[in-house]
Amino acid sequence: MKATVHVMLKNGVLDPQGEAVRHALGALGFDGVNGVRQGKVIELDLADGTSEADVTAMCERLLANTVIESYRVEMP
Amino acid sequence: MKAAVVVFPGSNCDRDLAVAFRNAGADVEMVWHKDTDLPAGIDMVGVPGGFSFGDYLRCGAIAANSPICKAVKSHAERGGYVFGVCNGFQVLTETGILPGALLRNAGLKYICKTVGLKVETSQSAFTEGYNAGDVVDIPIAHHDGNYFTDDATLSALEADDRIAFRYTFNPNGSLHDIAGILSENRRVLGMMPHPERAADPGHGGTDGQALFRAVVGQLTSA
Repeated sequence: MKATVHVMLKNGVLDPQGEAVRHALGALGFDGVNGVRQGKVIELDLADGTSEADVTAMCERLLANTVIESYRVEMP
Repeated sequence: MKAAVVVFPGSNCDRDLAVAFRNAGADVEMVWHKDTDLPAGIDMVGVPGGFSFGDYLRCGAIAANSPICKAVKSHAERGGYVFGVCNGFQVLTETGILPGALLRNAGLKYICKTVGLKVETSQSAFTEGYNAGDVVDIPIAHHDGNYFTDDATLSALEADDRIAFRYTFNPNGSLHDIAGILSENRRVLGMMPHPERAADPGHGGTDGQALFRAVVGQLTSA
C-alpha cells in the first residue's frame, strides 16, 4: 500500500528557493509567474492496514516540522 | 564540571567543542547517538555542529529522533545545561528543547565567514563573561541559519531577554537578526555561530573563549 505525503512551507514563511525559481522562470522569458512555492513529496510503502492516523502521526513526529511546514496525506 | 559532547554520524565540530570545553577546565566525555543514557554526573551536554545524517529530510530532524536525544531532552527538562552550536542548534529546535526553526539562508548560499555578534544579555551562565552590548567576532558556517518562529514566540523571546546574540549585519535573513537564543530557564543556549572556532589564538580570534570559561566556571563553582 502506498501513501504520499506532500510537505510545504506554511504560508507566510519565506521560501527563498521558490523565489529563486520564480526569478529563473522570469529570466527564461516565462512572464506572469506570480509566485513559486517549493516543497517535498514523500512516498511511503506501507504494510496493509496502516491507517491514515498512523501516517499523520509520522508527519507530526518526523516528516514535517509543523513550526514551519504544513503537510497533506494522500492515501488510496 | 563534567560535560558530554554528543556525536552523530556527520558531526564535524564535536572534537572542536570538546577541546574548547577542556581548555576551559571541563572533563569531557563523548557520547554516541545510539547511547540511551548520558554518563552519570553530567552537568552540561554539548550538541555540536556538522551535518548530522547528511542533513537528510531537514537539518537536525533525524538526529533529534535518535536515542541520545531523548536523554538530552530529559536532562534539559531536569534543569540541566545544554549548548547547541550550528547543527546542534538545529537539533535543539527539532527536539522542541528550544522554540522556532532554522530555515534556508535567505540568499540561498552556504556562508562561511567571521561575523560580528552583539551580546544581547549577560544574564546567563553562557554569556556572563561578556557585557551586554559587547560586539564579538565569531565565525559562522551554515546553509540553514535563518531563524524563524511565530510572532507570539518572538515577542516572548524579546520580552524575556532570551535573545543571547544578534548579528550586527544579518547574513541569512534571520528574524530580528537572531543568532542565538536561550531557553526559558536560561540553561539551554542554541546559536548558529561557532564560538569553539574562536577559542584559541591559533584560530585567529579568541572572542569565543569567554563563553566556555564563563559556563564551565559557573558549573564548577556550583
